[in-house]
Amino acid sequence: MLYIKCPHCGMRSQNEFSYGGDATIKRPELGKEISDQDWDNFVYNRKSLRGKHWELWQHISGCRQWIKVERDTATHEIFKTLKANEEISL
Amino acid sequence: MTQSFRLKSGGLINRDKKISFRFNGKKYFGYEGDTLASALIANGVHLIGRSFKYHRPRGFFGAGVDEPYAIVQLYRNGETEPNIKATEQELFEGLEAKSVNCWPSVNFDVGAINNFLKIFLPAGFYYKTFMWPKSFWYKIYEPFIRKAAGLGTVSIKHDKERYEHKYEYCDVLITGSGPSGLASAYSAAKNGAKVVLAEDKSRFGGTLLTSDVNIGNQSGKEWADSIVSELKEMSNVTIKNRSQVFGYYDHNMLVMSERISDHLPKTKKYHPKQRLWYIRAKEVLISSGSIERPIVFGNNDTPGVMLSSAAKEYMKVYGVLVGKKPIVFTNNDSGYETAIEFKKNGVDPIILDTRKEPQSEIIDEAKNMNINIKNSYVVVAAQGYKKVKSADIAKISDDKEKLGSVENIKCDCICVSGFWTPTIHLASQSGNKTKFNEKIDAFVPGTSKQNEKTLGAANGIYTLEETLKDSFEKGNQLSKEITNNDNKVSFPNVVEKKSTVHDKFWCVPLPKGKNYKRFLDFQNDVAVSDIEIALKEGYRSIEHVKRYTTLGMATDQGKTSNLNGLQLVSKIENKVVPAVGHTTFRPPYSPVSIGAIVGREVGKHSKPTRKSPMHSWHEKNNAVFVDAGVWLRPRYYKRGEENLFEASKREAKNVRTNVGVCDVTTLGKIDIKGPDAAELLNRVYTNAWLKLPVGKARYGVMLREDGIVMDDGTTTRISENHYHMTTTTAQAANVLSHLEYYLQLVWPELNVNVVSTTEQWAGAAIAGPKSRDVLQKLFPNSDVSNEGFPFMGYMEGDLFGVKARIFRISFSGELAYEVNVQSDNGKFMWEKIMEVGKEFKIQPYGTEALSTLRIEMGHVAGSELDGRTTPYDNSLEGLLSKKKDFIGKRSLSREAFMANDRQKIVGVVPLDKKTSIPEGSHLVKDSNAPLPNPKLGYISASCWSVEHNNPFSLAILKDGKNMIGKKLFVMSPLKNKVIPVEIVSSHYVDPKGERVRS
Ligand SMILES: [Zn+2]
Repeated sequence: MLYIKCPHCGMRSQNEFSYGGDATIKRPELGKEISDQDWDNFVYNRKSLRGKHWELWQHISGCRQWIKVERDTATHEIFKTLKANEEISL
Repeated sequence: MTQSFRLKSGGLINRDKKISFRFNGKKYFGYEGDTLASALIANGVHLIGRSFKYHRPRGFFGAGVDEPYAIVQLYRNGETEPNIKATEQELFEGLEAKSVNCWPSVNFDVGAINNFLKIFLPAGFYYKTFMWPKSFWYKIYEPFIRKAAGLGTVSIKHDKERYEHKYEYCDVLITGSGPSGLASAYSAAKNGAKVVLAEDKSRFGGTLLTSDVNIGNQSGKEWADSIVSELKEMSNVTIKNRSQVFGYYDHNMLVMSERISDHLPKTKKYHPKQRLWYIRAKEVLISSGSIERPIVFGNNDTPGVMLSSAAKEYMKVYGVLVGKKPIVFTNNDSGYETAIEFKKNGVDPIILDTRKEPQSEIIDEAKNMNINIKNSYVVVAAQGYKKVKSADIAKISDDKEKLGSVENIKCDCICVSGFWTPTIHLASQSGNKTKFNEKIDAFVPGTSKQNEKTLGAANGIYTLEETLKDSFEKGNQLSKEITNNDNKVSFPNVVEKKSTVHDKFWCVPLPKGKNYKRFLDFQNDVAVSDIEIALKEGYRSIEHVKRYTTLGMATDQGKTSNLNGLQLVSKIENKVVPAVGHTTFRPPYSPVSIGAIVGREVGKHSKPTRKSPMHSWHEKNNAVFVDAGVWLRPRYYKRGEENLFEASKREAKNVRTNVGVCDVTTLGKIDIKGPDAAELLNRVYTNAWLKLPVGKARYGVMLREDGIVMDDGTTTRISENHYHMTTTTAQAANVLSHLEYYLQLVWPELNVNVVSTTEQWAGAAIAGPKSRDVLQKLFPNSDVSNEGFPFMGYMEGDLFGVKARIFRISFSGELAYEVNVQSDNGKFMWEKIMEVGKEFKIQPYGTEALSTLRIEMGHVAGSELDGRTTPYDNSLEGLLSKKKDFIGKRSLSREAFMANDRQKIVGVVPLDKKTSIPEGSHLVKDSNAPLPNPKLGYISASCWSVEHNNPFSLAILKDGKNMIGKKLFVMSPLKNKVIPVEIVSSHYVDPKGERVRS
């Protein structure tokens, strides 16, 4: 079970969180024209990275904030966590 | 029967307390502090089971967790449990155990025929035999294997015992209470660190209980006792016996199973049987010691052949002799300690040492005691079937290849010591890169990945002095970094006998003309010849060899067999052991009961049960409840002898003709506030929300980004910047997360707050042509006329002194209202509704009637919004705004979603107007078409239409738009039904929607 540092609450066990997928995906702006391919990329196509990966988690059984977590998908090491409004520097 | 193998004195057992127990139906006596194994051995019982594959007789091999043989079926307090190691099971009054793997009895076992057929059961026999003809598999092979396989029988009864889970956070977790565990725990505790010390056995002290050493001016055991009692007094220390740390997981979380009641005849009231601890430790010190490994020789599985350290433990801890004419077969000094112990207890052992001229303090002591020592000698084979009767022994050449002439000597046990294997399971599970230590012929922990360090014998350190020194220091160092205290513990003077190097000898060659089975894995019956076959057949990777031969795959996970298996593979392959590598260590270290893993989350306790504030009223009024997610909802209110069908029909009909009231508290409710609230709604719902006036409600549909309907519900504008959203019961949590996702991550610029208020409001839906009359009585001062309070209106009212929110919304298709009050007033509201509604023949209705009402009016719900359907499929396309963008809109223009013959919701009526249609049935054109019969759609929901008095169903049907009026067939292969049906509109009642507006 992972031990995740919620930027709002501190170190908490994984079972307080729910996983939210790739944190680097940006939702296309509402009302903008977008090609089928770009839309598919946004909705469906994800890389299944081995190694460092920025992902979203929501602290559902805590502060209910969505947070960004940089985790190694192979070793489960967590390098950094950010608040929702903090930008990821890749 | 007398305890003829019990020593007159000695051991740590309580001889004042005699305990009776039964094994295979026969009554025996032991003492408090015995294990089942020690008590059986004391009684001269050496045959305990049969082996897995060949059904060869099995006795005892070890004295603890490493035991591969002595696995029994245990009976305790009316329950039964398989896979119990007799060496771990503590004796209690009335204990009953039976042998496994034998039929009809342990002494006469039919399966032992396999032993004589063993030539046909070589490595990989699972894969080679029982292959064909195919029909034989189900009828003959599989039943045969099922009967022969497995160790014991699982009870199919509900387990009445209680199992608990506990979460613990500590600075230092120490796994094992031998010398390294105690020393490190002590120095860490002295620095004020929060320490958890776990001991697998019932007694603390590990090898200090059996070794002849002095620490300070105390014996090893006395020192251990004093440290333990001091640790027990310290508030920062949790010290647990009967507790095994069996798994090391990510981020320094370890799991420990504590056996609280297994050693008692019965679990005490309010106590659990076992407790599973999830321990998050800042630092972990692994002090799990080492396990003696066997030397491989012919018939080395015969009962009476056992580990030399186990023989010593039976004497020193339990006061029990494993034999009266022992041979100690060793390649190192440990065997001498066992021999000396035998001698001290008046038994004359013979030592066969594979070494030529070893010299050390211990050996000198043995010599001084006149123990018969034969150097460069080996046991070639054990003789005897159900118990060792003699041993074939021989001199071995210096290169260990050639045997001298074989002689036979009488003996009743052979105690084997092939040196020590560090228990590195936890370190390896944590991700530690283990390395091979040539000096001890075994793997030891290498580079740590997590915060873990390994101490003492588990780290390949076999002298007490070095172990204690290192452990005191590590305990101090690690805790110092956490607590900033530095209370050094003075190092005690250690007295131990010096030993010399071991002989890297592990397998006795076969004498000419003999074909003895030489076993590596004692539980799975894997012999040297099996590994040889596997390698001959081309298996190379140790992981493949393991799976092909089942080496190390039994319940003991190869604790005594893995290393010898590696030695053999490396010898045949002409590689060094580290090049072969070891197989992966996986948790659990030792079997854990399923009950402990599940804990309290059993049946109804697996999730919380949520009840509405009106629950007690429902109970009093004969409600029959149904699970709706975690909620309990009235399904119907039983009157007299009514069944579900009759009651729900009555309730639904009463709504259509008079008025009914339904508890809708479970609906998800989200409070939305902020200047941008309307904008948020406009983005997440498919329809327009910017112009909804204050005091009005609107129905809305939410999509996921992939265009699939996520949820529906009504949202009401309470005031300028304040909205009240409702969701379905099932999707309440998901919708809240969905809104939070967009607000926090995608549109942080929107100034809106959302919060769940599901539990804050109690809700009652009042539905039916007379609902307005009831409402007027509830709120005599409010204008509830159709003009004053039109459809989709909202107002606040005074319900006999209680503030209420009133919504004119309908789920039933009738004129209807929903009244919400604060939860505390829910029951008051409900009783008032029943009271004032009496004159209008109000009846409560449950979820079954609720479903009937919504199905016959074609209102979609969870069974249609099942995560696979689009707005069009549910005939909700009228709610899709063309003017604005919203979540998921772009997906709706994907090709498949625009197909002309796209599926759509329809109504289905059986042609005979009588036969009920099972939900989940398929719709087909031709009921006699060859399989696979093309499926046109499926029945999503079924009811008995109270309006038309015949069955009616909703279905999602391909090209549903053009199918109205067509005749199809409903097929339910599950219920073996074929029903001719007609496709009709999904709006079976009031298709123009006049009633809700009346
Ligand atoms: Zn948090």
